[in-house]
Amino acid sequence: MPRDDGIGASVRRKEDFRFVTGQGSYTDDLNRQGQTYAAFVRSPHAHATLNSVNTSAAAAMDGVVAIFTGQDLLDAEVNGLPCGWQVHSKDGEPMVEPAHPALAQGKVRYVGDAVAVVIAETLGQARAAAEAVEVDYGVLPAVGNMTAAKSGKAQLFEEAPNNQCYDWELGDEAEIDAAMAKAAHVVELPLVNNRLIANPIEPRVAIGDYDTATGEHTLFTTSQNPHVIRLLMGAFVLGLPEHKLRVVAPDVGGGFGTKIFHYAEEAIVTWAAAKVRRPIKWTSDRSEAFMTDAHGRDHETVAKLGLDADGEFLALKVQTDANMGAYLSTFAPAVPTYLYATLLAGQYTTPLVYANVRAWFTNTVPVDAYRGAGRPEATYVIERIVEEAARQIGMDPADLRAKNFISPDAFPYQTPVALEYDSGNYAGTLEMAKQAINYDGFAARQAASKAAGKLRGIGFSAYIEACGIAPSAVVGSLGARAGLYEVANVRVHPTGSVTMHTGTHSHGQGHETTFAQVIAERLGVPIENVDVVHGDTNNIPFGMGTYGSRSLAVGGSALAKALDKVEAKAKKIAAHLMEASDTDVEFKDGQFTIAGTDKSVAFGDVALTAYVPHNFPHDELEPGLEEQAFYDPANFTFPAGCHIAEVEIDPETGTVTLANFVAADDFGNIVNPMIVEGQVHGGIAQGVGQALLEGCVYDEDGQLVTGSYMDYAMPRADNLPNFTVDTQVTPCPHNPLGVKGCGEAGAIAAPAAVMNAVTGALRAAGVTKPIDMPATPSKVWAALHAS
Amino acid sequence: MYEFNYQKAGSVADAAAKVAGADDGTLMAGGMTLIPTLKQRLAMPSDVVDIGQLADLQGISVAGGKVSIGSMTTHDTVANSADVKGAIPALTVLASGIGDPMVRNRGTMGGSVANNDPAADYPGAVLGLGATVVTDKREIAGDDFFTGMFETALDEGEIITRIDFPVPTKAAYTKFPNPASRYAIVGVFVAQTADGVRVAVTGAGGTAFRATEMEAALNANFSPSALDGISVSADGLNKDIHASAEYRAHLIGVMAKRAVAACG
Ligand SMILES: Cc1cc2nc3c(=O)[nH]c(=O)nc-3n(C[C@H](O)[C@H](O)[C@H](O)COP(=O)(O)OP(=O)(O)OC[C@H]3O[C@@H](n4cnc5c(N)ncnc54)[C@H](O)[C@@H]3O)c2cc1C
Repeated sequence: MPRDDGIGASVRRKEDFRFVTGQGSYTDDLNRQGQTYAAFVRSPHAHATLNSVNTSAAAAMDGVVAIFTGQDLLDAEVNGLPCGWQVHSKDGEPMVEPAHPALAQGKVRYVGDAVAVVIAETLGQARAAAEAVEVDYGVLPAVGNMTAAKSGKAQLFEEAPNNQCYDWELGDEAEIDAAMAKAAHVVELPLVNNRLIANPIEPRVAIGDYDTATGEHTLFTTSQNPHVIRLLMGAFVLGLPEHKLRVVAPDVGGGFGTKIFHYAEEAIVTWAAAKVRRPIKWTSDRSEAFMTDAHGRDHETVAKLGLDADGEFLALKVQTDANMGAYLSTFAPAVPTYLYATLLAGQYTTPLVYANVRAWFTNTVPVDAYRGAGRPEATYVIERIVEEAARQIGMDPADLRAKNFISPDAFPYQTPVALEYDSGNYAGTLEMAKQAINYDGFAARQAASKAAGKLRGIGFSAYIEACGIAPSAVVGSLGARAGLYEVANVRVHPTGSVTMHTGTHSHGQGHETTFAQVIAERLGVPIENVDVVHGDTNNIPFGMGTYGSRSLAVGGSALAKALDKVEAKAKKIAAHLMEASDTDVEFKDGQFTIAGTDKSVAFGDVALTAYVPHNFPHDELEPGLEEQAFYDPANFTFPAGCHIAEVEIDPETGTVTLANFVAADDFGNIVNPMIVEGQVHGGIAQGVGQALLEGCVYDEDGQLVTGSYMDYAMPRADNLPNFTVDTQVTPCPHNPLGVKGCGEAGAIAAPAAVMNAVTGALRAAGVTKPIDMPATPSKVWAALHAS
Repeated sequence: MYEFNYQKAGSVADAAAKVAGADDGTLMAGGMTLIPTLKQRLAMPSDVVDIGQLADLQGISVAGGKVSIGSMTTHDTVANSADVKGAIPALTVLASGIGDPMVRNRGTMGGSVANNDPAADYPGAVLGLGATVVTDKREIAGDDFFTGMFETALDEGEIITRIDFPVPTKAAYTKFPNPASRYAIVGVFVAQTADGVRVAVTGAGGTAFRATEMEAALNANFSPSALDGISVSADGLNKDIHASAEYRAHLIGVMAKRAVAACG
């Protein structure tokens, strides 16, 4: 009988008790002895010279401990924030990589750019004094979007004369143009991937502390990857060695990518805490979060798909402009290049793919990875243009897809855009999704809607993503300035309970349960006897954190390797106890046995023997039972599947109602189906949010118009139908658990499905000009009204 | 938030005295609008005088062809009042569509009407039913109350004590919510009253207004089709990232028809 707490069981999340009873320990819940509070002076202008920053009146105010400006950081030789990935332009030149000072120096470049920090006894005093800092801004023209940036109306950096960061390509343009010229059909589609604000429920928080006795600096921060922050901040910004810098990311209330990056506030509180010899806490308020958390997406693309007379894809050509914002955030340059263009083959056998991506600086907050990071943008391009092609050539969209799918026996499959897909069965998930939504019944449902004065549409999204980021050698060759392996440490205690330390970080994903299930399964210990620990560089050997659906595929693989080592050593101890050879020892359900005998030893006895080694093979083994493994993946993993959306539009108001949404996903093996389902639900909600509701707007002058929930529309429960989600299992062939990752699929697949449904419904009403996300009532009404 | 003195009023007169006696005093009802304003440091009153719990300002009574609602009655109380539902069901529909449960359990009718947010719902009902706003000093006709964006006929320190709604023959409120805030992009309140049909529009302009052409058409023929061919001018209507003035003008027509249909 399978365990009820092992691999494949929907175990209730261990961590939820503390969360739902309000006992989580988030960064803002922490308070240090003698703590002070930081408030930032932020630019109200999108672009201005800093003529002077006068802090003297503010410094004299009640409770003010210290005020620091960009000049102070310069004087103290605090460096700017580093960028973790270098992209080269097609002419071989490295991207323009301007300095990114933690506090503005000489110029401010977006609304919210930090000019000074005030540290005071209370938060009220810090804020009051921050308002009293006198800043003389020389307001400059600003570029609030990419069109403006290209126009040259303003220039952010001397070293970027056209506001261009890079002009990158993948593939052979001449070859693709030749193929396109021979195509029977060429479909062209302009697409905007709208800019999003991640909006985790917990805003960012950073507490800096300094121990004068030991010289140790500590940063408590809302991060998805504490070791990465230690690396970036310690080595690049502050020049602190690892043994004197501890970074702790305790419970974190959602990240969605925006808490990957190293932010100025982290470096400033860490540095300033040592200056003022007091702990310093900074807590972002919601308005600050809107203004200063890295945003996501923001692409403008023109895609062209060439097909032969039978509908076979011949070539895909993509021209994309990507907004970097005012500075390069940690992984920003990689998102619209290596995490995007390399996925443009999708699930298809398209033999030729070419992408040209130009990245631009604008007077907006930096843009970086957001749930899916590059892969949603790629899926949106492919799945929108494939649907459009089906419409233009009059083929059923499911049939056109199926015709072009990579077949299940073609794996491993080398795409024309560098990646080698490991395994998959795309026709399987397409069929599953069609069944789930009753595709054959759509025409009748559409007719019923029409009779009620409504428009109905259905839309597919057959997505693929590259997860399990990533083989270090591969990403290194593509410009990553870090390795992307993972680390696991399994500590078996004397009585057989287990503490596991992982370099990944859970901020909603449920690792404390999923990883514990793997351990329970492998060691045969009950899940209550297993604790999973993450988030503190002082007790975790190393780690690269959680993003890119990598935790189970990479971190879980490290865990599996560490468990292999635990098992191998435990077998040797058991063999000693049973006076047998370890090669004859079998281990199952927590019992070591010798085949053909009645000898057996329990795992707990082996653990005890390891720590009370009275009868122990000392000549062969060391006492103790604790093992560690680093795992560097052999390849990315390639989760894929098919989502289908069905919408109904009220033509009088333009309101789009999501009538039904089904998802058929292939995540490889699944450890906890309930958690996977939850991840898919959340991802779909965000994807639907992008398609129908969310859109960050900066005006021409770079002012953030959507600076609060009054204007930035988040998806809410009543915007969503009940989802039908199901999975197919094609195990990953190259990692020990056979897992692929599930954290981003919903956000990757859903936007194209929803927009294909919306544009399909509109097309039936005569609107052929595609509309962009978010398909708000006013936009849909305007499209209908114009036609 | 800046520091301020918090004072709890013991009576309406006490509240008026406390506001008058302060350097820069402000009344607080449910605080759902005031507190966010304070938190964002957009207001800096010296004193906040809390009238939210005053017993005199609570309660609902139905008598003599009118529904009287104490100004500190919460949206939730109105939404769930059997008395209101029996007399003017449109008012319970309106109240139950304001914000979320937390806002409805704190926010009050008086606070909403005094604030006169152009996108608020209650101004539609006050105007659409020809209600009377009663203050500690006088009675103000609904038609004269809303004077401009966030502006009312209230004098400095004047306190709304209750609002009297005449019971109509039929009435309905239809709201097209802003997808982000869920305030009204356009809300239309239609009522058939003893003095004829009233059509009040909120959300679309600087302040709630009556659509007189629609009223005339509906007085002649109270049916949705009576509104065919009546177009509202987009001139002077609000425009923002959520809706153009033209879209708002169009929605007034759609919401008005749906409100008439909902009147049954
Ligand atoms: C998230 C959210 C969503 C919302 N959605 C909607 C919506 O969909 N539709 C809608 O209509 N509203 C909405 N609101 C506003 C809500 O209805 C508020 O409750 C209302 O605007 C103010 O009522 P209050 O009792 O909270 O007043 P307060 O915030 O306490 O006061 C508001 C103003 O009125 C003054 N005031 C209060 N009482 C009196 C009085 N008796 N006499 C004179 N002046 C007085 C105060 O001095 C203050 O200036 C929303 C609010 C929030 C926070």
